Amino acid sequence: MEYKTQVRAGEGQQDILITRVFELPVELLFKAHTEADIVAQWMNTKVLQLENKRHGSWQYETSDPQGNVVFRANGVFHEFEPPAKITRTFEMENTPFPVQLEFLTFTALTDETSQLDMQIIFKSAAFRDQMLKMPFAYGLNMAHNKLEALLRKN
Amino acid sequence: MNLRRDVFQAIADPTRRSILLLVATHSMTAGAIAANFDTARPTVSKHLQILTECELLKQEQSGREVYYHINAKKMKEVADFIEPFRKIWDDRFNKLEAIMKNYKPKK
Repeated sequence: MEYKTQVRAGEGQQDILITRVFELPVELLFKAHTEADIVAQWMNTKVLQLENKRHGSWQYETSDPQGNVVFRANGVFHEFEPPAKITRTFEMENTPFPVQLEFLTFTALTDETSQLDMQIIFKSAAFRDQMLKMPFAYGLNMAHNKLEALLRKN
Repeated sequence: MNLRRDVFQAIADPTRRSILLLVATHSMTAGAIAANFDTARPTVSKHLQILTECELLKQEQSGREVYYHINAKKMKEVADFIEPFRKIWDDRFNKLEAIMKNYKPKK
């Protein structure tokens, strides 16, 4: 099956570009990023805090089925302009990874379709590569069999 | 007796994944790694042993200390990892799209 999501990570660059077209009006695409209970569903995490405003903060926490916290991340919104733009920081807690900077751009294509462009900037190209090499860093909540299938394909 | 451990079994455990994240950017001693967990030191040692056996971690002797670091060779090339990364985001976005297609505004 063809993926609808494109990812570009240029050699030696320190960023990742993620692009996706949705069959959703841009307002709904934006809303999916701002309502805590909706974010919790598609990000598969608990949303501890989500202050949708400039200088507001956010925090996610993910636990394994036994209830142990396996992932916690937080950050601050620097720009919050519905339904077009979110600029935020992303910090994974209890890891040595430096803070990342994320630019999310929401564009209406038609009344019923929209595009999300996400640029993630890392402290260095080396940190970006390190992060990419560990897909489980982004999907700690993934079921093991899912993760295994993912890795076996490569 | 050193059973050859399976990489997937190794990363199935959340503590072991956390250990990999910890040493991802710089090598650490067993003590320094254990200090990050509430688990008993022997448990952390066991995790380190498993990760070393499946070659995700490498040991390096430096004076009296043994440092653990990520085995870069075992970790694949970046290009190989863009696909899993893309798959993670594609799954998330598919879910987002499905949820929002059924979205009913709150009253």
